[in-house]
Amino acid sequence: MKIVVTVKQVPDPNSTAVLEADNSLSREKEVVLDPGDECGIEEGLQLKEAHGGEVILVSMGPERAKDAIRKGLSMGADRGILITDGQIAGADALLTARVLAAAIKPEAPDLVICGTESYDGSTGMVPPMLAELLGVPQLSFAKQVEINGSTLKVHRQTADGYQVVEASTPALITVTAGIAEPRYASLKGIMAARSKEIKPLALSDLGIDRGEGAETIEDVAQAEVRKAGTIVEFDGAAALDRILQVLAEAKVV
Amino acid sequence: MAKIWVYAELNQGKLQPTALELMAKARELGEVEAVALGTGAKAAAATLGKHGAKVVHVNEDSSFDDFIAEPATDALTALHKQNAPDLIMFGFTPDSRDVAGRFAARLGVGLISNAGDVDAKDGGFVAKVPYFGGAKVASMRANKKPAIILVRPKSFEAAETGGTAEVKELEASIGTDSKRARIVERVVEASEKVTLEDAKVVISGGRGMGGPDNFPLLEELANALGGAVGASRAVVDAGWVPYSMQVGQTGKSVRPGVYIAVGISGAMQHTVGMKASKVIIAINKDAEAPIMKMADLGVVGDALKIVPALTAAVKAKKG
Repeated sequence: MKIVVTVKQVPDPNSTAVLEADNSLSREKEVVLDPGDECGIEEGLQLKEAHGGEVILVSMGPERAKDAIRKGLSMGADRGILITDGQIAGADALLTARVLAAAIKPEAPDLVICGTESYDGSTGMVPPMLAELLGVPQLSFAKQVEINGSTLKVHRQTADGYQVVEASTPALITVTAGIAEPRYASLKGIMAARSKEIKPLALSDLGIDRGEGAETIEDVAQAEVRKAGTIVEFDGAAALDRILQVLAEAKVV
Repeated sequence: MAKIWVYAELNQGKLQPTALELMAKARELGEVEAVALGTGAKAAAATLGKHGAKVVHVNEDSSFDDFIAEPATDALTALHKQNAPDLIMFGFTPDSRDVAGRFAARLGVGLISNAGDVDAKDGGFVAKVPYFGGAKVASMRANKKPAIILVRPKSFEAAETGGTAEVKELEASIGTDSKRARIVERVVEASEKVTLEDAKVVISGGRGMGGPDNFPLLEELANALGGAVGASRAVVDAGWVPYSMQVGQTGKSVRPGVYIAVGISGAMQHTVGMKASKVIIAINKDAEAPIMKMADLGVVGDALKIVPALTAAVKAKKG
């Protein structure tokens, strides 16, 4: 079974972001492999271990996104593809999906695994677009995946439980972070990753023109901020009284 | 006058609340037609009419209920060919995201997601989108026609205006090619007494709760206050509690009378889903946590001590 996992390098969720003068997000801060994608890679590796095949990591980003791919390769993925191009800075969801689709299509994978949403963008719009452009069904918000021959079955997370959703491969799934605990790369894995292929591609290799994005940022304003209220140390009864007072004013006690 | 579509999401025959919220905004922006697909579409059309839809395009084919995204994408595409609108509004909910993404890619127009508001401007549309960790709001102008904008639930208040929609059967043939991702079973896990979205008081826990074993402390407080328990993405990702409890950008949006954030630092992912709460109380050991800067009352201390003490105090007060 051929499995593609899309991966993204994102600003470290544990560091503080910086905004550039032109309102783009600064790329200078610490970057890491998206933690959600680590779960996708883990799921891909487990499926490969159970069914055989190959796990290919595909990413779009600057040159240094190689580090994110390399991390996945050291976990055990077989090879990577990185689309780097001066034109992709600030790409919207559709351009991202077009680029990923063009890079993935020639691989003709049985399964494409994406995170439900990236840690930095958190909108999760690329996967359904990618599924459409690849011409495959999408099974989103999977918290459990089973494959039996060419039948794919996932537990799709819903607001009040889950749905069991079935489709035939090829298909695209998005996986929730809880699906699999990502493994740590072993020393052997890290050594092996150094010689694994990361194929570089540019937009011209894929025959894609950037075109006009779906949106233009007209201006960026300060969000309405809630006024900070009172901060008190918990000291027992007095602090409890403060809380009760607030609850009483809101008429809940 | 701008022509606007509202994608009125149905779930097992029930019109979803976001549909009526979107109607409230859409009717300010132009003439509104709604699209309702699947079981219950005709019944939903009457409601949508009362909320300002002039026309509701309906199709009650069960494939809309049983298959993910593709049948709805086919139907929207067929309708779009007959009469293209200027703007299509979707709720930023899991099911609508699946449909909107697929549809926007098929039309090749892209979309703007996670909007908190939409305005008409210079003959087009501008969406307000939380940006840079929610500290800022970007005004994003839609470049394409139709503009496709996904709006966060609870961004607008639904209100009836009275009126009757003309109901039109949406002709769409759903081929077997589109009946691929089939929902074969629906399992309900959460049996909340009060739903998170409707609760007057929401008590949410984060990493500061120490572990899943301590979440019953929040349940007890919720029971005492007649509220519901939520959680941050961090603890849902860690598997402490189910996704159905997640409050935040990719979870549920809530705006209760009182929101109590316990052991939650206040990342944008979380605050965007709760900052419209009337009163916010934060309990956290870190006085510098971002949540403290937006709370009406911040209590610095050990959540595992404070929560049980508060539960006891509430019970005592209520008698």
